Amino acid sequence: MILPALFFYLFASICVASAVMVIASRNPVHSVLFLILAFVNASGLFVLMGAEFLAMLLIVVYVGAVAVLFLFVIMMLDVDFTQLREGFIQYLPFGLVIGAIFLAELLLVAGGWVMNPNVTKSITAAIPTNVSNTEALGLVLYTKYIHYFQLAGMVLLVAMIGAIVLTLRHKVKVRRQDINVQNARNPELAMEVRKVATGQGLQDADAGSWVK
Amino acid sequence: MTITTAGYSLLPVLPELMLAVGAMVLLMIGAFNGPKVTGLVTTLAVCLLVVVGAAEIMLPAGKHVTFGGSFIVDDYARFLKVLAIIASAVTLILSREFLADQSRRIFEYAILVLLSTLGMMVLISAGDLIMLYLGLELMSLALYVVAASNRDNAKSTEAGLKYFVLGALSSGMLLYGASMIYGFTGTVSFAGIAAEAKTGNIGLVFGLVFLLAGLCFKVSAVPFHMWTPDVYEGAPTPVTAFFASAPKVAALAVFTRVTLTAFPGIVVQWQQVVVFVSLASMVLGSFAAIGQTNIKRLMAYSSIGHMGFALVGLAAGTQEGAQGVLVYIAIYVAMTLGTFAIILTMKRNGQPVETIKDFAGLSRTNPIIAFFFAMFLFSLAGVPPLAGFFGKFYVFMAAIKSGLFVLAVVGVLASVVGAFYYLSIVKLMYFDEPVGKLDPMRVELRTVLAVAGLFNVLFFVYPAPLVSAAAFAAKSLF
Repeated sequence: MILPALFFYLFASICVASAVMVIASRNPVHSVLFLILAFVNASGLFVLMGAEFLAMLLIVVYVGAVAVLFLFVIMMLDVDFTQLREGFIQYLPFGLVIGAIFLAELLLVAGGWVMNPNVTKSITAAIPTNVSNTEALGLVLYTKYIHYFQLAGMVLLVAMIGAIVLTLRHKVKVRRQDINVQNARNPELAMEVRKVATGQGLQDADAGSWVK
Repeated sequence: MTITTAGYSLLPVLPELMLAVGAMVLLMIGAFNGPKVTGLVTTLAVCLLVVVGAAEIMLPAGKHVTFGGSFIVDDYARFLKVLAIIASAVTLILSREFLADQSRRIFEYAILVLLSTLGMMVLISAGDLIMLYLGLELMSLALYVVAASNRDNAKSTEAGLKYFVLGALSSGMLLYGASMIYGFTGTVSFAGIAAEAKTGNIGLVFGLVFLLAGLCFKVSAVPFHMWTPDVYEGAPTPVTAFFASAPKVAALAVFTRVTLTAFPGIVVQWQQVVVFVSLASMVLGSFAAIGQTNIKRLMAYSSIGHMGFALVGLAAGTQEGAQGVLVYIAIYVAMTLGTFAIILTMKRNGQPVETIKDFAGLSRTNPIIAFFFAMFLFSLAGVPPLAGFFGKFYVFMAAIKSGLFVLAVVGVLASVVGAFYYLSIVKLMYFDEPVGKLDPMRVELRTVLAVAGLFNVLFFVYPAPLVSAAAFAAKSLF
C-alpha cells in the first residue's frame, strides 16, 4: 500500500520540480530537456492510475516527436535571449500589478465556486475491468467511434496534401541520380579504345570525341 | 436500401461519403497525370459538387440521426449544406482563370476546396463537440493551404501563415471551452448538454464563452476579426471569394446550432455574448471600412459587418431569428459571389487592379458591369427593394419581437454608416472620369455575375421559395 503512494510522490514532485525548471533555466536546450523529464514523470503517474496506454502514448508522441521537434527548432533558431530579457526590471512593476489583479480575480472566482454534486458522477465512463487499456480503446475506436477515426484520417490527408502543395517544387536544373541509366551503362558506352601512334599522344583536335 | 457500418446507418452520410471518395479519386487522377489535368480536375470537381448537392436534396425527408447522435441531417442541415455546396462550386468556377496561369497550375486546389467542403458538411451536421471540432479542423486546414496557394507571392504566403497561426489559437480556445463543457455536463452530445445545462453554472458558462470565442473567430466577428483584412487582401482573389462565402455559411450554421440546440436552458448567458459580438461587428464593420483603399480589404470589413447583422437574428434566440439568419446568409452569399465576380473582372492589360480608384468612370467604359456592381453595393447597404434589404428586414424584425430594441436601433444606424462607403463607390463609378478600359470579361465570370445579379435585383418579385425554405429549416432546430 505504501509503495504506490511513495512512487506517486516521487513522480509528482519530480514532475512539478522539472516543470519549474522549464521556466527557470537560462539555457533553452536545458528547458526542453526538463520538459522531457516532466513528460516522463507524468507518464509514470498515468501508469500508477492504471492508464498504461496513455502513459506509453505520452512517451511516444510527446517525448518521441513533439519534444524532439522542439529541441530541433530551438537549435535551428538563433534566438538571442539576453536581448529578449532586456528591460525586465523596467516592466516588472507593471507586470506585478497585472499579476496581482489576475490573482485577486481568480481568488474571488474560486471563493464563490460551488461544484455541482452530480458532476463527479457523470464525468468518468465505466472502466472495463476484464480487458487491458489498449484492447478497450481498440474495441471502441474501430466500431463505436469509427466516424471520428475516419474523419481524423481525412484531416491528416488534407495536412499531407497541404504540405506537398506548399513545399514541393519541381526544379528543372537539378541533376538527379537515375539508377536505371547508371545500371544500363556498360564498357562500350562508357569508353572507347583508340590506337595511339607511338610518341605522339592524343591530339587536341580529337578532344571533341573524348568526352561524350 | 440499408447500408450500415458498425451498426450505424450510412444513408444520412451518403453525400459526404460520395464527396470524400470523389475527392480521393480526383486526387489520384491529378497525381498520376500531373499539372496538365488541372482544368479537367477542376471541372470534374464542380460536377462532383453538383451530384453531391443533388444527393443531399434527394435524401428521404425528415430528420435522420446516425453515428450515435453525432451526425444529424435535418431540414436545417440540408438548407445550409446545399448553400455551402453552391458557394464552393461557384468559387471553383471563378477560380478557372487563376488556375489557367502556367505557374499556378495546381490541381490540388480543387481537391482542397472539395475536402474543405466536406469539412463544412460535417460541421453543419455535427451533433456533438468532437464532430464539431473534426469538421472545423478539416474545413480550416484546407483553407490555410489555399490561402497560401500562390506560394511565390509574399502576401499570399503571409496570409496563409497568419490565418494558420491565429486559426490554431482559436482552435485551442474552442477545445478548451469544449473540455470545460464536457467536464461540467459529462457529455459531448448537444442533446445531452441541453439536458444537463439547466442552470448557468459558472464553469459551464466559462466553457461556453471559450467555445463561442473559437466560433466567432471562424465567422470573423469582432473581437476575433483581426485576421480578416490581411488574409482577404493577401490571398488570391478567387480564394478570397471562397473565404467570404462557403466557410462563413458553415461557421454560422454551427454557431446557430450549438447555441440553440445545446444551450437552450441558458439563453440569457449566451445571449449577452452574441449581442455584444453582433453590436461590435456591425459598428466596426461600418466605421473601419470607410478609410480603405483596397477593394478586397473593404470586402473584408464588409463581411465583418454582415456577420454582425446575421448574428442579430441569432441574438433573438427564437425560431424567427433563426429563419432570419438563414435568409440573411443565403442572400449574403449571392451578393458576395456576384461582387467577387466583378472584382475578378477588374483587369487592365492582363494585370489585376484592386484599388477602389480603379472603379472610377466604370459606367462609361463598361455600363453593364457598373450597373450590376451598383446594384450589389445598394444591396449590401440594404437599400429596398434589393435582396440585401430583405435579409436585414428579417433579422431586425426578429430582434424587435424579442425586445432587443437597442440592438436593432444600433444595427440600423450602423447600416446607414455602412451605406456611406458603399455609395461612395457608386459615386466614383457614375460621376468620375474613367481611368481606362477593362479587359473583356470571361464567360464563366459573366454567367456567375448574371445569375447572382438577377437574383439580387429580382428577389423581391418572388421571395417565397427562399423564405419558406428558411422557415422549414429553422423549424427543425426547435
